[in-house]
Amino acid sequence: MPEKNDLEKLRKAFDEWSKSVEKKLAKRPERKPTFINTSGIPIERVYSPLNVEWLDYLSDLGFPGDYPFTRGVQPTMYRGRLWTMRQYAGFASAEESNRRYKFLLDQGQTGLSVAFDLPTQIGYDSDHEMALGEVGKVGVAIDSLKDMEALFRDIPLDKVSTSMTINAPAAILLAMYIAVAEQQGVPQEKLRGTIQNDILKEYSSRGTYIFPPKPSMRIVTDIIAYCSEKVPNWNTISISGYHIREAGSTAVQEVAFTLANGIAYVRAALDAGLHVDAFAPRLSFFFNAHLDFFEEIAKFRAARRLWARIMKQRFGAKDPRSMMIRFHTQTAGCTLTAQQPQNNIVRVAFEALAAVLGGTQSLHTNSMDEALCLPSEQAVQVALRTQQIVGHEIGVTETVDPMGGSYYVEELTRQICERAENYIKRIDEMGGAPAAIEKGFIQKEIQDSAYAYQREIEKKERIVVGVNSYQVEEEKPTNLLRVDPAVRVSQVEKLKKLKAERDNSKVKETLESLRQAAEGKDNLMFPIIDAVKAYATLGEICDTLRAVFGEYKGVAAFGS
Amino acid sequence: MGSKKKIRVLATKPGLDGHDRGIKVVASALMDAGMEVIYTGFRQTPLQVVEAAIQEDVDVIAMSSLSGAHDYLFPKVMELLKERGADDILVIGGGIIPDEDIPALKACGISEIFGPGTNTQDVIKYIKENVKR
Repeated sequence: MPEKNDLEKLRKAFDEWSKSVEKKLAKRPERKPTFINTSGIPIERVYSPLNVEWLDYLSDLGFPGDYPFTRGVQPTMYRGRLWTMRQYAGFASAEESNRRYKFLLDQGQTGLSVAFDLPTQIGYDSDHEMALGEVGKVGVAIDSLKDMEALFRDIPLDKVSTSMTINAPAAILLAMYIAVAEQQGVPQEKLRGTIQNDILKEYSSRGTYIFPPKPSMRIVTDIIAYCSEKVPNWNTISISGYHIREAGSTAVQEVAFTLANGIAYVRAALDAGLHVDAFAPRLSFFFNAHLDFFEEIAKFRAARRLWARIMKQRFGAKDPRSMMIRFHTQTAGCTLTAQQPQNNIVRVAFEALAAVLGGTQSLHTNSMDEALCLPSEQAVQVALRTQQIVGHEIGVTETVDPMGGSYYVEELTRQICERAENYIKRIDEMGGAPAAIEKGFIQKEIQDSAYAYQREIEKKERIVVGVNSYQVEEEKPTNLLRVDPAVRVSQVEKLKKLKAERDNSKVKETLESLRQAAEGKDNLMFPIIDAVKAYATLGEICDTLRAVFGEYKGVAAFGS
Repeated sequence: MGSKKKIRVLATKPGLDGHDRGIKVVASALMDAGMEVIYTGFRQTPLQVVEAAIQEDVDVIAMSSLSGAHDYLFPKVMELLKERGADDILVIGGGIIPDEDIPALKACGISEIFGPGTNTQDVIKYIKENVKR
């Protein structure tokens, strides 16, 4: 960083330059009176060494793979290996989804990501009253191990890593995955993948909770403890900011609320008697890649630095892997439009690039039809090609953290860190993330940001191409992916058949063991695996747990 | 004068979908426009929606669904409203609803569907111009 004399010279020169620009502004004003990003951070006309006087390379940045990991969690990053191309997919039946997974793997995707339907995510079988109209609509319907077997038919679980977006019933789907792998002859120690298993954000931003917070945290820590021992290559949790951002938060809030949730999980695992370095290396994260290109890049770097410091200073982690944020990213669904859907290809490309320049380990790119329906084959192919073009054609993968050293990006990184830290402090004072959620604080912050964003769009302070500007009369879109309502009928039939053919007394036995374990302190993974192997249904297992834990009645937290 | 009764709106999400950013933004805008809004939260059954609407004596029901379950849930709500003699309530919908589904929804009594990209001012205008009660 420049010498003191040089800085003085620079400051003088900058002041002169600024004065001369101000003079010209009367005749040639800038486009807006102030430039502020969505997080409320003012954006300067230009950045220079004057903005990064504070920067200490070794303590603020470090080299890639070194604390505090601002520049990346691996020393070679994409020079060693590109990020995993992992498209979230699933719909209708296990058989249909299996076909889509094979298509995606064929087209060059390098990891699987399973989307489950809402009844599955909320612990209802397809024949439940609450499942009417919902079966197979937003993801695959999984009612039992039989469906899981069909989902992964001919997909070698020792060769493919799988991410499963499942939260409240995560233990059950993980148990099913383990059981299917066992049928394939693949031992648990070899399994690689992730379960989202992030119940805190469900309460504040996503909604697929079942049980109240306390027993839900117990399930989370049981899974963490089980995997630490038996499935060591499995990411036990994907602490998520994606949904918080989709719900309308700013970038700073996305970092703050995600890391605050992370702090709560670490605290819970420690309280459950686990040693920090025994589980923290397998915590992973999931962020959003939104539209403000540089803010997003800075956000990922800020999150890494902040988490590293939290793990080292607050929790005394010694293993560097405990301090690293390894994360998956998804491009921002909420930024995509139903109007002129082809424009979304461009938006997604920029968002994907921001994620790559931000050092993501894994990436999902949305399809152009995101605001209309689930991705058609053609649309998801373009989305995958976008990643492949970013990875192979444009040269951004040839060096690590190419944005490092940009005056703008480094100052933005610092600002995001500082503002997120302030939020985390406030949340700490409330008693931590679970308390802040109970108070409705997180929800209100998100809601206020969402409303502010919408008002900016309606006042045309924020331009959305094709929506509040550059609109055209459009043909109604055709060939959208639709899920046949007959999927529900077929799932119901399968359930009848399953219940007729399985050993029902064994099912009863395993569910009884589960109930007892739930009432006590034993790790729930063991009885859940037994129940799953006996072909107890997802709904039956969840109902057993509901009977013990109760159901969470949401905090509406609106208008308060 | 301030004697005109405020328009009362039930904002709601039937079904399992928990994505409530949109409905909350609409609700806030309606409140800013002087309406009274009751937001039920999500995961409401069609019966819960109708019972809340009647209990709260609303003039409008604004339903949101992003999970593709509108094809079952929305008509079910309309059916129950009719059964209870409450079909003079203005019902509008929003969320992720394919254009090709809209005619069927309108046929069962839903007055308008406001999809992605809707300006909240349009929703406000529509309600003011079309409220039946």
